[in-house]
Amino acid sequence: MERTAVRGRLTWQAATVTGLTPETAAVVTITLDPPDWPGHQAGQHLDVRLTAEDGYVAERSYSIASAPGEPLAITVERLEDGEVSPYLTEELRAGDQLELRGPIGGYFVWKPADASPLTLLAGGSGIVPLRAILRDRLRTGSDVPARLLYSARTLPDVIYRDELGQHHDGVAVSYTLTRAQPPGWAGHTGRIDASLLADAAWPATAKPLAYVCGPTSFVETAAAGLVGLGYPPDRVKTERFGATGGH
Amino acid sequence: MSPISRGFRGRRRAPAGQEGRLPPGQYLTEDFPVLSAGPTPHTPLADWTFSITQGGATEQSWSWQEFRAVPSEDVTADIHCVTRWSKFDTRWRGVSVDTLLDQAGQDAPYVLAFCDGGYTTNLPIEDVTGGKAWVAFDYDGQPLEPEHGGPARLLVPHLYFWKSAKWVRGLALRDHDAPGFWETYGYHMYGDPWKEQRYAGD
Repeated sequence: MERTAVRGRLTWQAATVTGLTPETAAVVTITLDPPDWPGHQAGQHLDVRLTAEDGYVAERSYSIASAPGEPLAITVERLEDGEVSPYLTEELRAGDQLELRGPIGGYFVWKPADASPLTLLAGGSGIVPLRAILRDRLRTGSDVPARLLYSARTLPDVIYRDELGQHHDGVAVSYTLTRAQPPGWAGHTGRIDASLLADAAWPATAKPLAYVCGPTSFVETAAAGLVGLGYPPDRVKTERFGATGGH
Repeated sequence: MSPISRGFRGRRRAPAGQEGRLPPGQYLTEDFPVLSAGPTPHTPLADWTFSITQGGATEQSWSWQEFRAVPSEDVTADIHCVTRWSKFDTRWRGVSVDTLLDQAGQDAPYVLAFCDGGYTTNLPIEDVTGGKAWVAFDYDGQPLEPEHGGPARLLVPHLYFWKSAKWVRGLALRDHDAPGFWETYGYHMYGDPWKEQRYAGD
């Protein structure tokens, strides 16, 4: 087990919101300028804190969407029954202050020096930390081959679609649309299963490293499927978010 | 002093009269979210054991059948996850860690819980004795689901829920405190939700 602990106290700081970019109808990327960001690794997350006028506080964690060295960004999906995500996606404006602290988490991270082929499996907004990994791979000139399988409800729900289409050398991106497909859709359909994983993921013989992020049902199926394909469990890193009761 | 988030009012405040049950920074959920770092292990009950170890030696070990023959008790507790959800009045059945340590006849100032899948977490002995911790095998009257830690998980409800290690297979008694899995990655060594001890230094 690697010993890359985050040491020392993680203090709250007020970052300036420098931009908000809609990604889909329900998803916004927020770029942030914190006064003192110590740097991060692709795959880590940060905590956001909102304070109401009467002192009520709400905190949530969000995956970092940007690669190390890029302007800090998070990508937030608005959850209808959420408390923090509707504020971040609808109320927040450029120039506002947003309290945050981080980076947090040292296990679900990718290191550019790692030479293992990458199997990346994303469900919904679980694409966010995997996008940071792909951007880090590109920025650092890593030549590890990567296969991304991204499960979304419909094509308009796909986050970063244009950007993901621009990865070429060594990156294969495939989609499965679970709820509806546009006319002439040539990609996969339906929820991920063993045969789709066998098709889209590196075979275990390639000694790949897998990152799986999405809602629990997706992660359970995807992680179990990779183990079924012969991936050692310690080569399958997972990150989950509750589809309900979450952000 | 935190800056006011313009226009933020908050929608998940604790229910009236129950504010005192919700630790700072937590919100109440009716769901039971799942968090884990890797695939869910599925150890057959025939291969399952629970062990108390000390200095690398196994002092006591129970098969599943033996473990289930140890007296168990019902526990109702509020639980608090470091990812900020809390859930009130969760109902479990499990064996008190006091009972297991008594049968092993061993003592030490710290324990490291170890699990299928390689997960570990560290706790002071005072936090797993005195009726504060269980090895739980039923949730809400049903066998504990694998994704929630079945067949058995540690239950230490007064600490953040990552201390309630899923798929627990034993306790290693230790002379010194040493970080477990999440503690190595920057999470707090103790994890008191009432003091909001989420990360190292909190």
